Amino acid sequence: MLTGLIFYVLILLAGTGGELCVSRAMKTIGEVTDFRPRSIARVIVRAMQVPWMWLGLGLMTTGFFSLLGMLSIANVSFVFPATALSYAVGALGGKFFLGERVTPQRWVGVLFVVIGVTLVVLGKR
Amino acid sequence: MTSRPGLRLKTAALLLMMIVFGPLGDVLLGRGMKRIPAMASWAPGDIFRFFFAAFTSGAVWLGIGSLTFFFVAYILVLSWADYSYVQPASALSYGLVTLMAWAFLHEDVTPTRWAGVLMICLGVFTVGHTHPQTTEPR
Repeated sequence: MLTGLIFYVLILLAGTGGELCVSRAMKTIGEVTDFRPRSIARVIVRAMQVPWMWLGLGLMTTGFFSLLGMLSIANVSFVFPATALSYAVGALGGKFFLGERVTPQRWVGVLFVVIGVTLVVLGKR
Repeated sequence: MTSRPGLRLKTAALLLMMIVFGPLGDVLLGRGMKRIPAMASWAPGDIFRFFFAAFTSGAVWLGIGSLTFFFVAYILVLSWADYSYVQPASALSYGLVTLMAWAFLHEDVTPTRWAGVLMICLGVFTVGHTHPQTTEPR
């Protein structure tokens, strides 16, 4: 029970937290406007020099292994709908960690997505 | 907050890449890994044989390629678009996977699953009508 709870918290916080850190790293790079392969390669090299990117990748890896761990002790039909909450955690992180303006309309959209992802996973035969 | 022509277009193009290449990579990687024999033991020889089999599988390489495209599109779009915009919008991949499973693999899709796809589309439509960029570069 406790192990499952730890895995669940790690999936939500480390997984989504990692993506938030990657987002923060990319915001320090600035908007990409040149999509030629060489320019994209340069952006990737620059991104890899931002500490937030490494923290993000580390957290995402932790979240991924926590998901594998959770799947080893709980059913898929429980794990994936439960992790749909990460969309709500992501919107909160966007607002408080990245300073994004999450409007009521965006919250409603996120709520629809959480319900939708839950139904899609529950509806699998 | 900026609002330039083309911002929504390039955001949509990269989200489309994510929605297509993410699930495609997962499927290819899963298919490739299922075809190789499970690791017999943790002995160095068995570990080497397992990784050799994995990295000589075309499906595994196609999967890695697809996931690389996904990740590059993901970090590029995050260089300007809000995370709270990109994350829910990318959930459209659930809808695409369901639609493709129904259309090409002739899988039975339950009404609950269709209802979920509809809710996701509604959610993405709602999020999609907000501005993709509400912050300035740091």
